[in-house]
Amino acid sequence: MEIPYTVEIRRDTGLNNGKIAIWLFLASEVMLFGALFASYILIRTGSTSWPRGDTILNVPLATFNTIVLISSSVTMVMAWASLMRGRFNTFRVYMASTVLLGGVFLVVKYFEYSHKFHDDLFPRTNNFLAIYFTLTGLHMLHVIGGMAVNAYFLGPGAKLWKTNPVWFTNRVEHSGLFWHFVDLVWIFLFPTLYLL
Amino acid sequence: MSTPAGVAPPKAHAPHEAHHEPLGFWRLYVFSTDHKVIGIQYAVTGLLFLLFGFSLMMLMRWQLAYPGAALPLIGNLLGEARMPGGIMLPEFYNELGAMHGTIMVFLGVVPLAVGGFGNFVLPLQIGAPDMAFPRLNMLSYWSFFLGGMTMLASFFVPGGAAQSGWTSYAPLSIIAGSGQTMWLFGMVFLITSSLLGAINFIATTIQLRAKGLTFMRFPFFVWAQFVTAFLLLLAFPPLEAAAFLQLMDRLAGTSFFLPSGLVVSGQVLTNAGGGNPLLWQHLFWFLAHPEVYVLILPAMGIVSEIIANNTRKPLWGYRSMVYSLIFLGFMSFVVWAHHMFMTGMGTAMAAFFQTTTMIISIPSVVILTALIISLWGGSIRFNTPMLFATAFLPMFGIGGLTGLPLGLNVADIPLHDTYYVIAHFHYVVAPGTIFALFAGIYYWYPKATGRKMNETLGVIHFIGSFICMNVVFMPMFLVGLAGVSRRLYDGGAAYAFAQPVLHWNVVSSWGAWTMALFQIPFIFNFFWSIRKGEKTGDNPWQATTIEWTAPSPPPHGNFLTPPEAYRGPYEYSVPGAARDFVPQSEA
Repeated sequence: MEIPYTVEIRRDTGLNNGKIAIWLFLASEVMLFGALFASYILIRTGSTSWPRGDTILNVPLATFNTIVLISSSVTMVMAWASLMRGRFNTFRVYMASTVLLGGVFLVVKYFEYSHKFHDDLFPRTNNFLAIYFTLTGLHMLHVIGGMAVNAYFLGPGAKLWKTNPVWFTNRVEHSGLFWHFVDLVWIFLFPTLYLL
Repeated sequence: MSTPAGVAPPKAHAPHEAHHEPLGFWRLYVFSTDHKVIGIQYAVTGLLFLLFGFSLMMLMRWQLAYPGAALPLIGNLLGEARMPGGIMLPEFYNELGAMHGTIMVFLGVVPLAVGGFGNFVLPLQIGAPDMAFPRLNMLSYWSFFLGGMTMLASFFVPGGAAQSGWTSYAPLSIIAGSGQTMWLFGMVFLITSSLLGAINFIATTIQLRAKGLTFMRFPFFVWAQFVTAFLLLLAFPPLEAAAFLQLMDRLAGTSFFLPSGLVVSGQVLTNAGGGNPLLWQHLFWFLAHPEVYVLILPAMGIVSEIIANNTRKPLWGYRSMVYSLIFLGFMSFVVWAHHMFMTGMGTAMAAFFQTTTMIISIPSVVILTALIISLWGGSIRFNTPMLFATAFLPMFGIGGLTGLPLGLNVADIPLHDTYYVIAHFHYVVAPGTIFALFAGIYYWYPKATGRKMNETLGVIHFIGSFICMNVVFMPMFLVGLAGVSRRLYDGGAAYAFAQPVLHWNVVSSWGAWTMALFQIPFIFNFFWSIRKGEKTGDNPWQATTIEWTAPSPPPHGNFLTPPEAYRGPYEYSVPGAARDFVPQSEA
């Protein structure tokens, strides 16, 4: 027996299974990052001194990274929109750009991190750096996860387009929702850590 | 999503059965994606962990009853590092305590109640062919399995398993040995597992309901699992965050939970400091209070099914029970700090949390009362499932009512961290939830195997467990009211004020060891009945819910024809009906 509503929409809920699942997953992610942001607030308000982010961190690089991630969200939407129009080759271009932009983000982050390590700034140095490395590190793991899924849809996952294009389009949409979430987390992280 | 404009709609699928080659042993029984197999895997693993966690406790009970005495027979087998000459070392006692709690909660009860019963029963009750995401379901089980193995392996690392209690309070847990790191990694696996499971349960319940099965036609068990899944989904991530932070503290040398100038063994720690040990408690209890409801809600679901079935009456107040359940789930997120009254959080906060705690007791009482009233005037069949289910009511009642003084800030001060607390929550979880789980095993066993478990052995199991449970836990109220702390390695023997109640420790311990004997009929019955149990039809209890219309055991895909729901879940003894039950799926 096949699992129903993987592709077609259930009439009374207006959703397919995957759509519900990805939103539930994002809800749990909100709780994960929410708890970390709450920890940040508690530790910061309880500390005697707290550095301004821009005195330690590199704001121009982070601004560049913000632009990179927002652009990758745009290309992600375009990739999905291309599939909706049935243009598989356009999809490949946009999806490859998304993965590539994620890669650019990671490279910039690598330079930021190694610069900090070079200056003897480690998570154990103080609690500002501790929460900085924890939050951005966890965010980076999410970027890597999103890139892996997107790369899968460029590579072996794309075979599904031939047999079941609707299902494939849904999958790309769901991975896009996750990618936008990762982007959104960064948009909260950037001002919290770098500017405040 | 709407259909893309430029693509052809998908071709109709060839019937799945057509290209179904028989699966090999590994795909069929080990790496199975069938929700029934996964449910049984969860249940059996969970039962094994329950037995293991119980064994840890039986060792602890020796030390509590006879502090410093050499444990006969097996004492020498546990090694010179842990029990030199058969006498338990305090470090080993702490290991046992921390791992008993962790294993019972995260590896025993939750996997059995949610992973086991949820997986096996929920899709059948809503008339679904499987879970919405079968492969995710398999991943969930194996993630749980890895987490369990990590926890077990932690006993063998240098310094032994985690020793900071199942709550892993900082800063103790930060400076503890490497077993604590294993504990944290194990928890990350378990959290991943329950996250995948929760997403799957919610998506399945919303999407794969049979035609006509509206939410208010759900069996109460489905509602209970549904609300539980939301708790798992939203409450576990903060613990995951906390686990990451603790891992950072332990491995990267950060100070999230370490205050400045902390002195350990006469030495000031050299870490940066500035952290907050209470942050851990907040993050932990933000999970762990909803977790309490994760432990109890599926149990309530199971008990409701069995009570309705065996009283041959509809549940009294089904709707108010459902609304109470939803309210309970919501409120469970705003009561956590009642575990922290002793942290000096101030009267305003304490007042808030004791108020919410008093409010959350109302829906629990509504559900319990509805279940008790459901018994009224029924011609009750006292088979084994029903015995356990009826025993759940007073046992959970005792556990719940004794929790009220703990929820009040002032009363909590003398009672906090005494044996009274242990007695309170064990009444909820052990003779409460675990009795409900036993009831569920006896009740759905015929669905899983096509055979009933033996009634005589079941009754022996029930009576023995029921008496022993009370012998174990009732004395703890007395010990706790006398003021004995729950954390003492000698059970209070070193304190003059504890002397008048010390003999109760011996009573509790003998109760626990006797209870172990009464589990033997169950274990035997469980395996013996697979082959030798009395054969049954598809619906041996004359039940109304949809799972009983599937063959026993249900085949892959569950139902021979897709079921439809035409009525509410508990149409028992309908006036004018030909039989005393009308199945949900009967037109």
